[in-house]
Amino acid sequence: MRHDYWDRYSRIDSPVHRQPAAIKAAFALVMILITVIPPHPPIFIFAGVAALLLALIAASRIPVLFFLKRLLFFEPFILTVAALALFQPGGFPKFLTLVVKSTLSLVTVILLSNTTPFHELLRVLRRVHVPSVFVTMMALMYRYIFVLADETQRMRRARQSRTFGKRREGTWVFLSRIVGQLFLRSTERAERIYAAMSARGWK
Amino acid sequence: MHIPDGFLDPKTLVAASALSVAGLGRALWVLRTRMSSRKVPLMGLAAAFLFVAQMINFPVVGGTSGHLLGAVLVSVLLGPSEAILVMSVVLIAQAFLFADGGVLALGANVFNMGIAAVLGGYFFYRLVAAVVRTEYGKLVGAAFGAWASTVLASICCTGELAWSGTVAWSVGFPAMTGIHMLIGIGEALITALVLTAVYRARPSLMSAKDGGTAEPSAKPFAGLLIYGGLITLGLVLFVLPFASKWPDGLEKIAAVVGFDAKAVSPPFVSSPLADYRVPGVGSLSAATALAGIIGAVLVFTVSFILARALHRKSSEDGAGRRRRPGSRI
Repeated sequence: MRHDYWDRYSRIDSPVHRQPAAIKAAFALVMILITVIPPHPPIFIFAGVAALLLALIAASRIPVLFFLKRLLFFEPFILTVAALALFQPGGFPKFLTLVVKSTLSLVTVILLSNTTPFHELLRVLRRVHVPSVFVTMMALMYRYIFVLADETQRMRRARQSRTFGKRREGTWVFLSRIVGQLFLRSTERAERIYAAMSARGWK
Repeated sequence: MHIPDGFLDPKTLVAASALSVAGLGRALWVLRTRMSSRKVPLMGLAAAFLFVAQMINFPVVGGTSGHLLGAVLVSVLLGPSEAILVMSVVLIAQAFLFADGGVLALGANVFNMGIAAVLGGYFFYRLVAAVVRTEYGKLVGAAFGAWASTVLASICCTGELAWSGTVAWSVGFPAMTGIHMLIGIGEALITALVLTAVYRARPSLMSAKDGGTAEPSAKPFAGLLIYGGLITLGLVLFVLPFASKWPDGLEKIAAVVGFDAKAVSPPFVSSPLADYRVPGVGSLSAATALAGIIGAVLVFTVSFILARALHRKSSEDGAGRRRRPGSRI
């Protein structure tokens, strides 16, 4: 099974992918700051940021359909919260600004995560002196998300191949047992990883 | 509940980030000074576990589904400082990998779901477990704490949106908190069910004082002071300015009943609703707050019954399993 759906294109090759991770991260941060911070930004700022991002997407060779799918996945959340802003005086312009601001930020982050492998972002974090324990935790997490997702899939399949029918009332209990088992297996795996890390001189 | 970028203004972003950095700093300090390095891989794996667990969808009526937040689950199993770190790592990864929740809004999201939810939920868990001193007291506390953590996180989220001038408190509070009082029931149920599954497989964890893996803290009072201070500061900043407007509903009732007959202008000349921008919305906030109090009592009662049933069922199941080992999942 493929679990790399979220940052699948972070390892392809393009002019954008070849840039250093630190530059891409800094660029993304600046784009988001420009978009988010001004309270009533003139329209040309949004247009400028949008044009720049579109040019980068085209240069990065990420399939447009994939990009749109990722965007559409989160747009409902943005629209729901933004819709609450309609219930107040001057609501509609505020609603529009919110939707444009958060959509542009979303595009920036999707572009960053699909042009930069996660471990390179972690290296940037280490370089800006984020505590190393924290970065180690993030690296371990990223490494084992996919292992544990596979493990969950295996437990589900094993259960489904042994039971008939579709009892609705049992679903929650069944899923909770999978989560509980997953926790215990993660802690056992952590012990083995610690032993392996210690054996290689980590402390 | 993940706030996207663009919804918060600079002052809220800075305030929330400062609180989050302080909370994370304290949690990291506890990890570095009081715990063995064995904990680092454990917490990395716990974060991966939570990431995957949050992706498992629990079906609710009509094709909708919900998922675990896990703040109380992790803090019960690993301890509060550990849970703050685990939740934060998960939230950061979600922001960069999934684009779920904004990058600048990360400070606010970490405060709501990583600090307020963990510490608030854990506080109620310990409180209930201390009062209900039975074997299933932990389950009661965890279920109630899980509900409280969800509601508390949504209240902080509403406060931040209101302080930014994005969504008015009188609209956001009933909408966001109202919904999360329902979502919290699902969170409570999943937390109790998962804990039952864990305790059934490892009965030793149930009797252990702090979930088994947490190490006793040398100065619990200092932790309480720092974490309690952070939560209080957050509530004072984000929630108190709006919460103080709650009595509006009561004032209205007083006006209708004729309590304020001595007021300068008689009620039939100037409408009692005159100072509301949107009539009736102010009382909606008061109604939500009232519903929250009633809900808390209700959820506590239900958690109690649920924990008792789960506890009894799991001990029966355990007896049954010894006879038929093949039935194990």
